[in-house]
Amino acid sequence: MGVMKRLSGIVQAKTNKLLDKAEDPRESLDLSYQKQLESLQKVRRSVADVTTAKKRIELQAGQLQQQADKLQQQAKAALTQDNEDLAREALSRRAALAEQLTDLSAQHQQVADQETKLIATAQKLQSQVDSFRTKKETMKATYTAAEAQTKIGEAVSGISESMGDAGMSMQRAQDKIDSMQARAGAMDELLASGALTDLTQPVDDIQAQLNQLSTTSAVDNELAALKAEVGAGAPAGELSSGASAAPGAPAGAPAAAQPAADQSGSTGGTEGTPS
Amino acid sequence: MIVRILGEGQYSVPDKHRSEMEALDNTLLEAIDAGDEAAFEVALGAAAAEVRRVGTDLPDDEFYPSDLVVPFEDATLSETKELLAGGSAGDGDQ
Repeated sequence: MGVMKRLSGIVQAKTNKLLDKAEDPRESLDLSYQKQLESLQKVRRSVADVTTAKKRIELQAGQLQQQADKLQQQAKAALTQDNEDLAREALSRRAALAEQLTDLSAQHQQVADQETKLIATAQKLQSQVDSFRTKKETMKATYTAAEAQTKIGEAVSGISESMGDAGMSMQRAQDKIDSMQARAGAMDELLASGALTDLTQPVDDIQAQLNQLSTTSAVDNELAALKAEVGAGAPAGELSSGASAAPGAPAGAPAAAQPAADQSGSTGGTEGTPS
Repeated sequence: MIVRILGEGQYSVPDKHRSEMEALDNTLLEAIDAGDEAAFEVALGAAAAEVRRVGTDLPDDEFYPSDLVVPFEDATLSETKELLAGGSAGDGDQ
């Protein structure tokens, strides 16, 4: 038997579970309608889940983009400080981020596709459930005819199949977003902890180097200003602190000479030891 | 006859296309039995396209069980195998 034939049998076997619960075909109409409402709710919730997953990816992409922009700025800043190596480093890390962004964009597309499909499924099911609600009362009224009884069975089977289809579509979407959620969760943790050594951490390194460069030049400027001040005639306080430090230096010199002598002695010992 | 494409909806296909549908179905089965992912993808696409081409969309106020069910158009071979094994994913109570 072909695949499509077998699948219809499988879907309908599930459908029949619903019919078996009702002793009276008219009762199965009401039972089915209850199931339809539940099914609709689930599909709507599933749409909301997929939308949430999509937004999360958008949020992460935004964060990564921010970091990429920051690296771009840092590369510029490094160049203005004539540090080409640092600029190159910043740009290469930015390239790694761009790769991550491309990956996220592909995931975003997949989730958006699932969202579109599920929304269509929800609309179709909503429309069918609305039709069923009006039809079921007519069917109940004409139940006495044998033909009507068959119709009830068909209608309930038909819409149960639609619910089964919607259920499978939801499951598929859920499976897709589950694996993405796991990856997104890991990414969130890494972004939050700063442990993403290829991404967040190096950004801080570069910033630290940039900061150090600008601190160094600021210190140089202050030093130059101080030298100019001292040359023009320094205040008394500055001189006295310089004088108190001066006696410490000669005292330290003999102490430093002592270990040097010891070291030369031990070096001689090492030379005597065959290696 | 009534044909459902999973994830899409039902179509009413004129009975004169029955043997054609059976042929498409057999091609699909052969691809699964051979474990040929590429052939499966082609056969699935062909089956779905043909149902849409010769069938008419069943209105939302008509309720019939399907004679044939085409897997999700982007389903993989292993996913379809699971469906055929009657996996729990098919339960409408999910």
